[in-house]
Amino acid sequence: MSILVYTENWDGKFKKFSFELVSYAASIAKQTGSTVTALSIGNVADSELQKLSNYGTNKVLKITDDRFNSLDNKAMSKAIVAAAKAEGAKMIILAHNNLGKALAPRVAVRLQAGLETGVVALPVSFDPFIVKKKVFTGKAFAEVKINANVKVITLAQNSFEPVELHHSETIEAFNPQVADSDFTTTVKETNKVTGKVLLSDAEIVVSGGRGMKSGDNWGGLEEMADLLSAGMACSRPVSDEGWRSHTEHVGQTGKIIAPNLYMAFGISGAIQHLGGVSSSKVIVAVNKDKEAPIFEVADYGIVGDVFTVIPQMIEAIKEMKS
Amino acid sequence: MKILVLISNVPDTTTKIRFKSDNTAFDDAGVQWIINPWDELALTRAVELKEMGGVSLITVANVGNATTEPTLRKALAVGADDAIRIDVEARDAFEVATQLASVARDYDLIMAGIEASDYNGSAVGGMLAELLDIASVSSVSGINIENGQLFFNREIDGGSQVLSVTTPVVAIVQKGIAKEPRIPAMRGIMMARKKELKVTAPVSAEDRTSFVRFELPPKKAACKMVAEDNAKELIRLLHEEAKVL
Ligand SMILES: Cc1cc2nc3c(=O)[nH]c(=O)nc-3n(C[C@H](O)[C@H](O)[C@H](O)COP(=O)(O)OP(=O)(O)OC[C@H]3O[C@@H](n4cnc5c(N)ncnc54)[C@H](O)[C@@H]3O)c2cc1C
Ligand SMILES: Nc1ncnc2c1ncn2[C@@H]1O[C@H](COP(=O)(O)O)[C@@H](O)[C@H]1O
Repeated sequence: MSILVYTENWDGKFKKFSFELVSYAASIAKQTGSTVTALSIGNVADSELQKLSNYGTNKVLKITDDRFNSLDNKAMSKAIVAAAKAEGAKMIILAHNNLGKALAPRVAVRLQAGLETGVVALPVSFDPFIVKKKVFTGKAFAEVKINANVKVITLAQNSFEPVELHHSETIEAFNPQVADSDFTTTVKETNKVTGKVLLSDAEIVVSGGRGMKSGDNWGGLEEMADLLSAGMACSRPVSDEGWRSHTEHVGQTGKIIAPNLYMAFGISGAIQHLGGVSSSKVIVAVNKDKEAPIFEVADYGIVGDVFTVIPQMIEAIKEMKS
Repeated sequence: MKILVLISNVPDTTTKIRFKSDNTAFDDAGVQWIINPWDELALTRAVELKEMGGVSLITVANVGNATTEPTLRKALAVGADDAIRIDVEARDAFEVATQLASVARDYDLIMAGIEASDYNGSAVGGMLAELLDIASVSSVSGINIENGQLFFNREIDGGSQVLSVTTPVVAIVQKGIAKEPRIPAMRGIMMARKKELKVTAPVSAEDRTSFVRFELPPKKAACKMVAEDNAKELIRLLHEEAKVL
């Protein structure tokens, strides 16, 4: 049997998340006596593709057809299905991110597969095939059985540490037959922010809530984020008030993130906020109210005023760095 | 243009989650049910588009038993023209999408939420599009109609795009699609009583996944507190103990 992993690239590069996926697949392959094929769509240099083999791929299929640059969901899922069929894959693994969530359901229908999304660990068992996932926006976990022969899963970020495992690998060009009529969307305009750490990539995230009082008080948090190469985030009222851009809003109705370190300043820790950040490895809270619910999920906390604590933290970080 | 908005009926987002029958089922005793927040925003945008002209019909659809009807009535009160309930328990995404495919053919734009806040599947919208063999766009944060042509805003990593799309299309919507969910006004509630809520029989549909058991997350260790004037100690702990700096 073979396992197909769709490894998305970001401007021609892979991220830690890509290696998490490959490692996860390699671990399953080892337990089930299978091989791992990675599929890459887009312009990625062979030297970059080779990196996947450091985590246990046996083969990489690359599609370089420019038509896929529009990220058309219908066309891309057809390409993944074609690769799954060519490889005889019984399991297809994608990232539980924007693109993975968009493609996995389509791929699953086309392959008559069972789908489970947001999987957080290696399968609980293989026969029957049972995986674990978060439900109720992080308030609980569920074990789910997939009753179909072919399985499609999306893996949540930060749920599997990449392990180096070298395989000799081949890179093959792959040309799926996808008709022009399957490309159903046309990109009219693209706006990208450059130079900033992307929230979805950030290993460290600095986040502010209503306790920051106004949009004019973020200089300290921005300085801290710069020092730590961290991403910036905020609670919903902060973006509703226009203090920060809505792209920084995290939580149930905003972005869902899982950095190594999430630092919350002046955030109460409402359940809807926690839904977006509770998978972070370590949570730090600074809040003047010692009863604030954020302290129930935080690992480290300071009860105090953000406006005195933030400058002190910046000093301490500078000291640590020097 | 005709719009179909998919409506998932979910526990209020502040519900304390409990399980029953040996942790094999969600305990819904005393639970308040709401329109899934994303679906509520999708519906809000659909109503706004209709008010701007260019939309002739908004239908809402749900797969569920009779207990979901108050949620559909609320959707009618917000401004949908009619509602369809497919009378069967929602068991898994494939089954739900198969049911929805049986009523979704005549619409130009189908709107689904990025995920239902109960089981967080992120699956039904994409599955429905594949079953209908039509376009889908995920991460949609804006929808506009200009001269009868649909334009979507889509979030991508580090930015956004404007897309033109062919119809019919499934828009899988997320944050930004509407500012605030629309709250039904008294007039809307009165009118909703007269609108049609059609109950249709299910088609035969297979489910491919099943819940085995549930569990609550393990209790977190107590938060380690650091004195207000000792930020230096906090940074030391993050650096040396937690090893995240
Ligand atoms: C359906 C739904 C979806 C939602 N989705 C989201 C979501 O995705 N994300 C989200 O964030 N929220 C969401 N919310 C809103 C959520 O319920 C809370 O209202 C929100 O998270 C509160 O934001 P906050 O913590 O910044 O503000 P508050 O709750 O007002 O908390 C401010 C905190 O700052 C502290 N503080 C004040 N001044 C200082 C100071 N000088 N120094 C230190 N601490 C100080 C206070 O003690 C308080 O704990 C949602 C709500 C609903 C109903
Ligand atoms: N039982 C259902 N009836 C109608 N629409 C649904 C149902 N379940 C899910 N949906 C739609 O699909 C979206 C994603 O749900 P899910 O795939 O379950 O996370 C929801 O936001 C709804 O728009």
